[in-house]
Amino acid sequence: MTTIEDPAAPIAIPIRPDEASVARRERLRLLLRSPTFIIGCVLLGVWVVCAIFGTLIAPQNPQADDILNKLVAPSGDHLFGSDRLGRDVLSRVMVGAREILIMAPIATILGTVLGTAIGLVTGYYRGLVDEAIMRLVDAVLAIPLIITALLAIVALGPSRITIILVIGFVFAPIIAKTVRAAVLSERELDYVQAARLRNERSPYIMFAEILPNVMGPIIVEFTVRLGYAIFTIATLSFLGFGADPSIPDWGKDIAEHYQFISADVWWPVLFPSIAIATLIIGINLIADAIAQTFER
Amino acid sequence: MGRFLLKRLGLATITLFLLSVIVFFGAQVLPGNVARRILGPFADQAAVDALNKNLGTDRPLLTQYWDWISSFFRGDFGDSFSYGVPVSDLIGDALLHSLKLAAFAFVMVVPLAILGGVIAALKRDRLIDRVITIGGLSLAVVPEFVSGIILILVFGLWLDLLPVSANAPEGSSFFTQLKYLLLPALTLVILLFGYIARITRAGTIESLDADYTRTAYLKGLPRQVVLRRHVLRNSLLPTIAVVATQTGFLVGGLVVIETLFNYPGMGKLIFTAASQKDFPLLESAVLISGIGFLCATLVADLSYSLLNPRIRYARAE
Repeated sequence: MTTIEDPAAPIAIPIRPDEASVARRERLRLLLRSPTFIIGCVLLGVWVVCAIFGTLIAPQNPQADDILNKLVAPSGDHLFGSDRLGRDVLSRVMVGAREILIMAPIATILGTVLGTAIGLVTGYYRGLVDEAIMRLVDAVLAIPLIITALLAIVALGPSRITIILVIGFVFAPIIAKTVRAAVLSERELDYVQAARLRNERSPYIMFAEILPNVMGPIIVEFTVRLGYAIFTIATLSFLGFGADPSIPDWGKDIAEHYQFISADVWWPVLFPSIAIATLIIGINLIADAIAQTFER
Repeated sequence: MGRFLLKRLGLATITLFLLSVIVFFGAQVLPGNVARRILGPFADQAAVDALNKNLGTDRPLLTQYWDWISSFFRGDFGDSFSYGVPVSDLIGDALLHSLKLAAFAFVMVVPLAILGGVIAALKRDRLIDRVITIGGLSLAVVPEFVSGIILILVFGLWLDLLPVSANAPEGSSFFTQLKYLLLPALTLVILLFGYIARITRAGTIESLDADYTRTAYLKGLPRQVVLRRHVLRNSLLPTIAVVATQTGFLVGGLVVIETLFNYPGMGKLIFTAASQKDFPLLESAVLISGIGFLCATLVADLSYSLLNPRIRYARAE
């Protein structure tokens, strides 16, 4: 600051930027400097690119059989080798990102929207409904998601809708629990009291006043759950309960080639495994970094 | 304490009831027509009706639920549809196998994770802390079949150190059996390490920053004594709770790990029941693992409050 202010100049009243947006910008700055966040974004970014452009950039047609060249070790022709039908493993790994990266976010968004609504209502009104829903949460949490999903798929038959709905419905109470806890501490604050005194209607207070202030935990929860959704969908495919057996799928490809590893045919198993691991780790690094910036 | 215990038990009973309704809903209501679901769309209507009658799924839902849940608590789980034997025969053996595997994994992971968590807390924000927390959590979120396969490839095939199958030959000694169980148990260790270590770290940091720790230092106690007597005693409390909640993960993990290593435990049984659309078996197996989880959390809750009077009184309100 080298300029000296002219005392005669009219006093400029600085427009005070809204505190929330300053905090938001500060958080974003911290996030962009966090190595965990950057590594997570790179890992996720690679698979998002594969999911969107996979069929265009894959070196070969992931569905093209080549019976004469099955289970060929990684080489110039097949960088990741070929599978039991002679299909190119690299291409299948790239294209395999699509299905899971469409289904997992839809299931997670469903769970987050439902869970946020339930959490807001139960945290705001409390009382008997609140107690009942918390017991339901405990009951849902007593069965691991993968087993609930197996049960639902056996009952309804495997389909994308079944898988998305079951993941969404199991996530909803878990997310509701987090949102409810955040709402419980917000509802005692002055701004909520003020809104009540202004005679605002309850839905307005919940969704317009409280919701923006509990977005932090919701965003963190969304990212963590997204990782779990991918975990679950991949595991279901591995167990043979995937939605669509006809398309390239990491979990299913691993299960189909698992029997060959005793013959030291590791490539059709290892590369999809690495794909799943890097995608999930990437998302969790992002979740971890976001959680840290909100904790500060 | 009596009131607290009563309240916990009461809540657990309500949760148990809801759990049974969810399981019943999944196995007997959601399929619509259970026998049709088992036999497929092309089966003869007479065969479907006969099977529904046989399974009892042609009766009103309330009767079905009451019949199922009352005989469940009498120890009669019905007959497995695919094995043709009583479900209880199958579950007894499987439960034992799973407990063996889980116990082995816990014996390894609990001390390891507590050690990791305490080290991370003592070296807070340094490299080793980042490695333990981020590394541990990254490993924990990878699906079990991925970590299991990588362990099999590395230790079972490339280094050729450990057997790939979990089943030791008939009549092997205790240590041979352990050797066969090592790879599946390690897969569970990988799954559980991150969470337990993270909670231990948080608990340790909290008690390191607490006033009583500062007082202990100020009155001249050596660091070792402060850590052992004041820090660890308090920091390990949350760890007990998290170990119990991990049993839920454990059961989910077992489905995949036992299938991967072809180990005849509860997880494999649930998987087989699901593949065979064996609703009676699936229903009982899922309810039993859910009850196991509820019991574990209840025990953890109680021991947690026994060890920590502050919680006991605060929660009894």
